[in-house]
Amino acid sequence: MSSRLEIEIAGLKLSNPTMLAAGILGLSAASLREAIKNGAGAVVTKSVGLKPRSGYANPAVVQVSCGLLNAMGLPNPGAQDFAEEIREFREDGFKARIIASVFGFSAEEFAEAASVLIEAGADAVELNVSCPHVEKTGSEIGQSPTMVREVVKRVKGVVDKPVIVKLTPNVADIVEVAETAVKAGADSVAAINTVRAMAIDIETARPILANKIGGLSGAAVRPIAVRCVYEIYEAVNVPIIGCGGISNWRDAVEFMLAGASAVQIGTAIACEGLGVFKSITRGIDSYLRKKGFGSVKDIVGLSHRR
Amino acid sequence: MKISTVQDETSSVKSFAFHDRFCANAKPGQFVMIWIPSVDEVPMSLSALQPDKSQAAITVESVGEATKALHKMKAGDTIGVRGPFGNSYAIAKAHNVMIVGGGTGLASLMPLTERLARGKNKITFLMGAKTRNDLLFLNRINELLTKVKGRVIATTEDGSYGLEGLVTAPAEKMLEKGEKFDMIYACGPEQMMHKMFLLAEKFNIPFQASLERFMRCAIGLCGTCVIGKYRVCQDGPIFSGQQLREVKDEFGHFLRDFDGRKTTV
Repeated sequence: MSSRLEIEIAGLKLSNPTMLAAGILGLSAASLREAIKNGAGAVVTKSVGLKPRSGYANPAVVQVSCGLLNAMGLPNPGAQDFAEEIREFREDGFKARIIASVFGFSAEEFAEAASVLIEAGADAVELNVSCPHVEKTGSEIGQSPTMVREVVKRVKGVVDKPVIVKLTPNVADIVEVAETAVKAGADSVAAINTVRAMAIDIETARPILANKIGGLSGAAVRPIAVRCVYEIYEAVNVPIIGCGGISNWRDAVEFMLAGASAVQIGTAIACEGLGVFKSITRGIDSYLRKKGFGSVKDIVGLSHRR
Repeated sequence: MKISTVQDETSSVKSFAFHDRFCANAKPGQFVMIWIPSVDEVPMSLSALQPDKSQAAITVESVGEATKALHKMKAGDTIGVRGPFGNSYAIAKAHNVMIVGGGTGLASLMPLTERLARGKNKITFLMGAKTRNDLLFLNRINELLTKVKGRVIATTEDGSYGLEGLVTAPAEKMLEKGEKFDMIYACGPEQMMHKMFLLAEKFNIPFQASLERFMRCAIGLCGTCVIGKYRVCQDGPIFSGQQLREVKDEFGHFLRDFDGRKTTV
C-alpha cells in the first residue's frame, strides 16, 4: 500500500486510515489479527470492563431495512482475561496497532481496566462513554460533561498512551462533550457510537431485542455521523476518528473531508466481509491520486475551507 | 412466521415446519436463527428443505429455556426466523461417502443425505444416540437409503438398539479394516466430531463437520462464535479437515461462552 495513506493519530502511526470498530469481532486475538491481515490500519477491541459480563439474552441483533440494531449488553471476559488475548495478539513480535476499548461503571473502573490493558500491550485506549443500552455506563456517562471530564482525567492519570474518547450522538450538543473531553486531556475523539433505537414485531406486537432498546448502526446513521464529525472538527484541535455507516471508500472520503483523520468500520463487515478494509484503502488511494493529493492528510477537514 | 406443523420425533425431540421460500431453498448444512418471542433467539440447523412446498423445518431437543418454550408451541403459533445463514456441505464429487451423526446433529445431515441420495452415491450412514428412543430419523434414513447403494449402522450407548457403544467405534473399525471413502461428513457432539476428524486425518480422507458455538448476530459481526480466525456463523458452520487443522488447538478442546471466556468442550 502506498505511503500516501499513512497517517498519525495522537502519535500512533497507522499504515492506512481504516480501523476495525469497537464491538465488532474483537473478542479474540485470532479474530483481531485476521482484521489486520485483511488490511485494517488498526483494530479496536470489544469493550472490556473490570469484570466478565455475559451481555443480554438474544435477540441481541435485528436487521432493519436501513441498518442494524443491536443490544449486546457489553459482553466481555473482563480485563484480566482479556489481557491474555492482547498478549496473544502481540506474540511473535506482531506489531500492528491495537486499541483497547474500555468501559466502567465509575471513573475508577475505567482507569483500572485501561491500565490493565495498556500493561498487556495495547497501543491506546478508547473510552466507551457512548454505548446506548447499558445502565450506569456508556452514554449515561457520555451525556454528562462532568462525568466525561472525571473519567478522562482519571484514565489520563494512570496511562501514558493515547486516550481516545468515543462519543455518543444521543446528546443535544455533541460539540460540548467533545470539547470537555479534550480539555480534560483526551488525545483524540471518535464519533459516533450507535443511535438509540428500537424495533417492534408487528405480528406479535412485541419489541424484538431482548433489551427492547438498542443502538442503530449502518447506512442510516452516516449523515448524522458526518454532521457530528464536521461540527467537532470546527471546535477541537485533536484528531477525530469518524465512525458510522461507512461501507465503501466514498463514505470514508466523505468522513475525512468532514474532518476525520481515520475511520472505523463495523456493520459493513456483515455484507462486505473483512475485504472491506482493502477495498476502502485502495479506493481512497486512487481518489488521492486522481485528485492530485500527495497524502491522505491533505483531505482531512478539506470541506471546511472557505 | 407461523409454525405450519409440529411433529414428535422422540420423547424429547420435535420438528417444527414453517413456510418460507428462502429457507425452503437453503443449501444442506445452513442454519437459521429462531426467535421465540419474549424468550430467546437460538441457532438451529435446517433439518428439512422442501422447495416444492416452499417449506422448511428445524428439529429441536428440549434442553434449555428456549427449546422448552418452543416445545410448548403448536401449529399456528408465531416464531421469528432469520436466515438461512452460513455455508453448506460441499457435495463430494466422488461417490462413496461416510456420514456420521450423533443426537440432534442428525438434523443438519438429513438435507445432505437427501441430496446425496439423489446422486448416484454410495452412502454408509452411521447414527448414534443414548438409547433406542433417542435415535432420530431412523425410518427416514432407512427409507432414503433403499433408493441408493447404502447401509445404515446404528449405535446406542445402552445397547437397546443396534450396536452398543459410541458411533465412532464402528466407523473406526471400518477404516481400520481398510474400507475406503471419498468423504466423511460428521455432525453431533464435538467430541464425536473431533474423534472422526482424527480418524479422517489418520486415514487421509477428506472431512467435513458442522460446528456449534454460542451465537448472537449470525452475520459475522459480534465475534461470539469465533474459532481461531473463523466465524462459525459466516465462515462455517461447515468446516473442512484442512480448516480444522488450522484450529486444532480449539476444536474439540474449548469454546467461548457468551462473555468470551474459554470453557471446556
